[in-house]
Amino acid sequence: MAREKSSKGNAQALFHSLRSAYAATPVNLKIIDLYVGFAVFTALIQVVYMASVGSFPFNSFLSGVLSCVGTAVLAVCLRIQVNKENKEFKDLPPERAFADFVLCNLVLHLVIMNFLG
Amino acid sequence: MPANLHIEMARSLVGFLLLLHFLSTSEADSFFQPISDSHRSAALELFSPDHGSFKSLEETYEALRTFDVLGIEKKPNVTATACRLILEAVASSSSIPNDLFYALKANSIAKCKIKDKAFQGIIKRLKAVVNGASSLLDFYYSVGGLVLIKSSKADVHLANADGVFRSVKALSQSDGRWRYSSNNPESSAFAAGIALETLAGVVSLASSELDQSLISTLSLDNDISKLFDSIEKYDDGTLYFDDKLVDGHDHQGPLATTSSVVRGLTAFAAVSDGSLNLPGNKILELANFFLGMGVPGDAKDLFNQIDSLAFLESNRVSTPLILSLPSTVLSLTKKDALQVKVNTVFGSNAPPLSVMLVGAFTSDSKDASLVQSQELVFDAGTGLHNLNNLPKSIDVGSYTFVFEIVLHKPEDEKVYVTGGQKKVPIFVSGLIKIENAEIAILDSDLGSIETQKKLDLAGKSAVSLSANHLQKLRVSFKLTTPHGLAFKPHQALLKLRHESKVEHIFVVGNFGEQFEIVLNFLGLVEKFFYLSGRYDIELTVGDVVMENSLLRAIGHIELDLPEPPEKAPRPPPQPVDPYSRYGPKAEITHIFRAPEKRPKEELSFAFLGLTFLPLLGFLIGLSRVGVNLKNFPTNTVPATFAILFHVGIGAVLLLYVFFWLKLDLFHTLKLVGFMGVFLVLVGHTLLSYLAATSAKLKSA
Repeated sequence: MAREKSSKGNAQALFHSLRSAYAATPVNLKIIDLYVGFAVFTALIQVVYMASVGSFPFNSFLSGVLSCVGTAVLAVCLRIQVNKENKEFKDLPPERAFADFVLCNLVLHLVIMNFLG
Repeated sequence: MPANLHIEMARSLVGFLLLLHFLSTSEADSFFQPISDSHRSAALELFSPDHGSFKSLEETYEALRTFDVLGIEKKPNVTATACRLILEAVASSSSIPNDLFYALKANSIAKCKIKDKAFQGIIKRLKAVVNGASSLLDFYYSVGGLVLIKSSKADVHLANADGVFRSVKALSQSDGRWRYSSNNPESSAFAAGIALETLAGVVSLASSELDQSLISTLSLDNDISKLFDSIEKYDDGTLYFDDKLVDGHDHQGPLATTSSVVRGLTAFAAVSDGSLNLPGNKILELANFFLGMGVPGDAKDLFNQIDSLAFLESNRVSTPLILSLPSTVLSLTKKDALQVKVNTVFGSNAPPLSVMLVGAFTSDSKDASLVQSQELVFDAGTGLHNLNNLPKSIDVGSYTFVFEIVLHKPEDEKVYVTGGQKKVPIFVSGLIKIENAEIAILDSDLGSIETQKKLDLAGKSAVSLSANHLQKLRVSFKLTTPHGLAFKPHQALLKLRHESKVEHIFVVGNFGEQFEIVLNFLGLVEKFFYLSGRYDIELTVGDVVMENSLLRAIGHIELDLPEPPEKAPRPPPQPVDPYSRYGPKAEITHIFRAPEKRPKEELSFAFLGLTFLPLLGFLIGLSRVGVNLKNFPTNTVPATFAILFHVGIGAVLLLYVFFWLKLDLFHTLKLVGFMGVFLVLVGHTLLSYLAATSAKLKSA
């Protein structure tokens, strides 16, 4: 009983510390995080729809899900490159990373639109 | 099908087969029909002027000559158009000798009015051509033209007749053929005909003393007999001339070549006054060659035929007499009489003569005639020689009758040529009596009759029998000719057809007049492929001289055969009805995949709305986080670039929407390429500006 309470307390304490740490992240990183969350949620909703009504135009389902997942992945890459605490990408200007992000998204969406059918 | 249609089919089939057989083995002379009204109607059809005028002077002449010979009334517009063409050619000073020649020839028939002055002009021109000519055709046209003028006007003389004669003769060759000119080595019989006609013209244009001396000194007998050496012969005895040219000049066929030679020979015979020796029976066979082609379908061929026959008929040597029969099939049932006609080539009356039936032969009796030599009775009213009652020895069958023409007046024998004995194939048809026709089933070992039924082959009754494999089927009948003799028809066949359309045909053999066939089913079990069941029986008795040939279904038989062993041969596959190949095929019902079950529209729309929720959440989160546009450049140039950059991205996304709606990949790629380049340039400028600004800030 006590252990349960303590583990519950521990979980809450962990959650609070995470939240406060997160608040310290810079704004542009938060924007990117929001974007990733938006993309993933859209993908989830599509999966639920497919699960309920069946996968008849399978290519449409795939293109929908993959566009969300793909754009999320690209956003994560952008976050890694833009994050100032990441020593690996110190010399890479963030504008360059953003340009990469935009271009890759455009190519991804061209492919997705072709596959959408 | 009704029975009489069967009979018609049988008769026509049998008749056709026998005709083919006869044509392929004809060793007898064929007989020829003289020129008749069918030639006249063909002439009117073939020689009708196109839009009121003939194509050339040559065709004009051919038409006029053909109408003239056949005795067809010339329509006034034909003469008018002909005269117009002739006068044109005569008046023009640039006409070539060819045109003048044909114009004059046509004029000799059309008799248009030509002025004397025009004639004088032509005479002068033609004489000039003669003196300057070097090729055979030049001589031919010029000399020919002068001869025609001489026949209508008077007095045209050729000054250097001797020289011209020699020049033309110089073109001759040792084999009787002629060359067209001295530097052209090609020679032909066609040219020989032209040359002979030219030489005859030269002789008639020379003054009379020179005539005979010319001909005797430069005797052409040798040339003509050499020419006759090259004559060719068809199987039925007709003679013709043909050239075998390898190349060069358009090859005239045998008709044109023979016509040319005939024209030349008869023209030369006319001027040489009997010193030319043309054998009479050769004339007859040449006439037969022209008659044997029936009615030609080509205008020039018809002209050649009629023109040559006219020359052959009126030549000084001998006139051919043609023996023909209106009908070569005589029916004993209708008591047809044998009728024979003797005419000249153009169908006009022959001199007084008798026709003798010298003999009648069948393929069995090679040399022994079946009839005595007898004369046919002449009926002056119809102009036919008749034999009213065929001798009793002539029964149903195919015969070769031999006729001979005997002229009454001995002096006619010098004028006419009859051709000796003529063999003519004759068919004598009649009703064949079919008697005692019966069909029976016999027991195999004992031969005793189990069932016996009479067949009524004239009527429509059908018998119905049954047998098993241990029995035999016998069909028998008797055939006799009208004179009571035995008759062996060309076809006596029995056909059994199974329900599955498998057929078996057997030939009915005979002893004299008794025909019988016995089918022993024990031996035929394998041939019938062990097929039991109902067989339709069909009997065929036919011959070309049988007027009542029959092809009749006489009934059916239920045959019970044992079961086939394992290795028994299967019946051959029956031919598919050939028309079914091109007919409509069976309707194909396509099986489509059942369409997928789609969800309800409302559900789909609900989820569409749900998809927009995360977007909303994103936008709300953005505002909560504190998004701003502070870093948007303020200076004009970078600001423009920034706007352009965003517009560019928006344009690309819009293009993707269009791509999904309407465009195809190639167009999209092309446009994306352009926009991408633009975006890269703009974006690079903008972002490098932003980077520079932030670097300045950092350092500052």
